Amino acid sequence: MKSLKIAAAIAGIFVSGAAFSQSLVKIDGSSTVFPITEAVAEEFQKMKKNAVKVTVGISGTGGGFKKFCRGETDISDASRPILKKEMEDCAKAGIKYVELPVAFDALTVVINPKNTWIKQLTVAELKTMWEPGAQAKVTKWNQVNPAWPDAPLKLFGPGADSGTFDYFTEAVNHKAKSSRGDFTASEDDNVLVQGVSRDTNALGYFGFAYYDENKGKLKAVPIVNPKGKAVTPSIEAVMAGEYEPLARPIFIYVSAKSMERAEIREFVEFYLKQGGKLAKEVKYVPLADADYKHALDNFSKKKTGTAFGGEAEVGVKVADLLKRNPKE
Amino acid sequence: MLKAADLGAIRAIITRAKRWDLFFAVLGLLSLMVGVLTFTVLFLDMAIQGVPRLSLDFFTNFPSRRAENAGILSAWVGTILVMLVTALAAVPLGVAAGVYLEEYAPKNWITDIIEINISNLAGIPSIVYGLLALGLFVYYFGFGQSILSAGLTLALLILPVIIVATRESIRAIPQSIHEGSYACGATTWQTVSDHILPYSSAGILTGVIIGMARAIGETAPIITIGALTFIAFLPPMPFAGDPAAGMFEWIFAPFTVMPIQMFNWTSRPEAAFTVNAAAAGFVLVFMTLAMNGLAIYLRYHLRKNIKW
Repeated sequence: MKSLKIAAAIAGIFVSGAAFSQSLVKIDGSSTVFPITEAVAEEFQKMKKNAVKVTVGISGTGGGFKKFCRGETDISDASRPILKKEMEDCAKAGIKYVELPVAFDALTVVINPKNTWIKQLTVAELKTMWEPGAQAKVTKWNQVNPAWPDAPLKLFGPGADSGTFDYFTEAVNHKAKSSRGDFTASEDDNVLVQGVSRDTNALGYFGFAYYDENKGKLKAVPIVNPKGKAVTPSIEAVMAGEYEPLARPIFIYVSAKSMERAEIREFVEFYLKQGGKLAKEVKYVPLADADYKHALDNFSKKKTGTAFGGEAEVGVKVADLLKRNPKE
Repeated sequence: MLKAADLGAIRAIITRAKRWDLFFAVLGLLSLMVGVLTFTVLFLDMAIQGVPRLSLDFFTNFPSRRAENAGILSAWVGTILVMLVTALAAVPLGVAAGVYLEEYAPKNWITDIIEINISNLAGIPSIVYGLLALGLFVYYFGFGQSILSAGLTLALLILPVIIVATRESIRAIPQSIHEGSYACGATTWQTVSDHILPYSSAGILTGVIIGMARAIGETAPIITIGALTFIAFLPPMPFAGDPAAGMFEWIFAPFTVMPIQMFNWTSRPEAAFTVNAAAAGFVLVFMTLAMNGLAIYLRYHLRKNIKW
């Protein structure tokens, strides 16, 4: 008798456990996208008076896609487009998805405020500093440009697991993940901020939000864009499409299966309508209004797949991305 | 009769020995200070930064993108519930295993191997437990990224600590108690339940709380099994809400814990979040200290009742 009761209790636990997962919007993925998704989740729950529950994790873009392609999450935050391997995983599990750009992140190259010799940098100069061949060879500023002082060049950047690292190396060294290894790397951008703010000879890069919060301690370097104009990173410059090639779009991926649920559709629509305003609040760069409308349109038409084909791309316009016919 | 020269030599030896004594006392004190001072400086730094941030709102608010509105409600509730599951799982298992090894297990090579393994388990990095739990609890048993998975993971992590503490405190009981009990014709179980467990409970409790204090600060295994960073609701209260939640529904709820909330805040760009992290850190250290304080109090009271 007793054991029967225990068995019933255990069964009860499992049944109620299964029931719990339903009114939930489950999101996981990139820590770069996290602040925007968190802001949207916060506002969405407030608007729905907590009738819909939203959870956001930070497993990283890659970790997020792993869960997403196993069908564990409804939405995946991604600071880069989905890769071939991840597309295959999703296809194997029968997971279809809609790819939606939600904002820009402007990678910002920073120097110490006491650095007087840098007024702007070209991508070629950045490449001289950061390419794999520079390892242990380019160690002084005057090796990059003879006009600069004979002072040690101290480099700071995010670690190799970061999507920021992937994009910067792709944009500067023209191959993702290809970089010199002898720089101070940290997954915690605040460590990079500290490093550059304490050393006159330092140069580093990270997301715009970290620069914006530490403007007093750092100087952002204007980057010469493909048109030959040196542009200081700012929300306006990125929106005007002038801060190239270091502005990158960031994405959410929505599972097509989850889209059948009303709360998921509602959440994503809320994201695309309010995301721009909220992105700005957490120091990211919103897309143009037309792009949000276009994304909303793609979403309601359930255009599944990716516009990238599993490869990283630099300098692509969001408006063009949204016009492409996505492939699975 | 000692000669004056001998006396001088003896005095010299004594002086030298005393000098060494003093030297070692100073060295020992310095070694102690390294630990104590490091903790004090870290704790004070955190307290100075974080304490002004502490307010009722900080404990009753959910995380937010605005640092001044952000709070630790979901984190501290999560931590307490995870600790509850950990204690419920680890204490009976650990104590039973310890009692078995001391009182029941035959002394042979199998027991030896088990003993060696338990000592080894205590030295395994916590992330390995996280990976094991991800495969076993989250996927194989299908518990998902829940309070139950996290609690069981941490229970595995502190199991060796509890087993070792149980055995140590059983060994501290005089052999005469064992022998007296058996001499009166008691079975092993009667000996254990009437004598061994009551007398060793103070030591076991200390071990349990040391283990729990370790578990409360663990981040790596909890992140591995998939704890969340933003969660603005609490696990369902038993029998509350509409439709009413089941008695055990909360153990399947998604959750976050204090160290993860702190970790997230320290990596945010806004300086105000660093203050939040310091405040949360202060609360976490306070929780650990409170647990240790409870251990000392209980040990004192339980020891008082032992009459040998």
